[in-house]
Amino acid sequence: MYDVRETFQAASAEEVLELLEARPGAVLVAGGTDVMIRLKKRKLKDAVLIGLQKVSELQGVSLEPDGALCIGAGCTFAELEQHELLLKCVPMLAAACHQVGSPQIREMATIGGNLCNGAVSADSAPALYALDAELEVLSRSGVRRIPVCGFHTGPGKTVLGAGDLLLRIRIPRASYEGHGGCYLKFGQRNAMEISTLGCAVNVALTEDRTRIRQAAVAYGVAAPVPVRCYETEARLAGMEAGGEALRVLRTTVLSQLSPRDSWRASRELREQLVRELGCRALRQAIQQAGGEMA
Amino acid sequence: MKIIHMTVNGQPREVAVEEGESLTDTLRERLGLTSVKKGCEAGECGACTVLIDGKAVNSCIYLTVWADGKRILTVEGLRDDCGELHPVQKAFVEEAAVQCGFCTPGLVLTGVELVNSGRTYTREELRERISGHLCRCTGYENILNALERVVGKHDS
Repeated sequence: MYDVRETFQAASAEEVLELLEARPGAVLVAGGTDVMIRLKKRKLKDAVLIGLQKVSELQGVSLEPDGALCIGAGCTFAELEQHELLLKCVPMLAAACHQVGSPQIREMATIGGNLCNGAVSADSAPALYALDAELEVLSRSGVRRIPVCGFHTGPGKTVLGAGDLLLRIRIPRASYEGHGGCYLKFGQRNAMEISTLGCAVNVALTEDRTRIRQAAVAYGVAAPVPVRCYETEARLAGMEAGGEALRVLRTTVLSQLSPRDSWRASRELREQLVRELGCRALRQAIQQAGGEMA
Repeated sequence: MKIIHMTVNGQPREVAVEEGESLTDTLRERLGLTSVKKGCEAGECGACTVLIDGKAVNSCIYLTVWADGKRILTVEGLRDDCGELHPVQKAFVEEAAVQCGFCTPGLVLTGVELVNSGRTYTREELRERISGHLCRCTGYENILNALERVVGKHDS
């Protein structure tokens, strides 16, 4: 028996806000795959749960008139990993969704929950950081749009306040059009694994596909929060899409990260993974963008 | 307590449950469906897998109150009117895919989900689809052989 005092099923985003006001301290639950584990470990007790499964504002994937890809925070990973629009616009994100947990977990777990849980190991985070995603957050003062980069403020912590509800994730057209991306994850085993290190690279090449026009490099579990490596990105911009770019990434990324020891992996292993996964992801992202890599 | 209505193995059921009750507990303790196993109780081993509206889900980390209005299928609901086993169960018997049997009900239900999808799967895809089930007798090869019999994609 889980230590649950009361459960609610909100029918709309408005009702979620009302419930959050009426029940301070209540916890929002989408798929429950993280919240239920916190209850089991008794990190959460005497809980008041607000179920989001029936909130229609959190559902669906669509393309906005300006070309932005909008993903409802309540979309499950099972839905997203095979969604036509994701496979077409942001295959890197579809691939990241596919790497979460197991089929049973992906059936329940949602992309919004993955972000709001605040875990640095969230598989969706590096890809969303590298895509410069924006988050639409609803509160009593209306809907505000915030960049995903900076959303995480510490292990298990985000910028969201008590009366906030993440509605949708927006990926601007400029982040995916003409881009190639790659998310790579390292775990001790292939299935049902929490990321030891994750790296997402998103690149756009010049018209002749020989040079890097723009590169975004993001890591999960390489610091207390998901991180973008802006210095490396600035160095990569304009470089030839080849071995020298890989060398620059390999030699510069670590100074922007702070991988640490944990029971899952040592700092040394993580540092090696940071360099190796980064290079592999950059290479594959360039190939995805139509470039040639020797 | 809350009153929940769900369709369990084709039968409409009305159950009074605690707010913090997992679907595993409701199915086992209130409805006597003990094919649903309690393993890790953390959504990792897949022994508690049931089909909710046709999809395989870990019932141990699913609150029963969320199942209101949903269709639940457990292994007890697989037997047809003549008492025959489901093709997935037959394949498990034929391929000796059962050792201690603890992971079997969950794996069979994932197999049923795959059958109902109407498509076929390569062995690699099947490995992937059963990745949320742990078999500690390490019988994965025979389990894959059994699933391949029913939903395998064979090069023609």
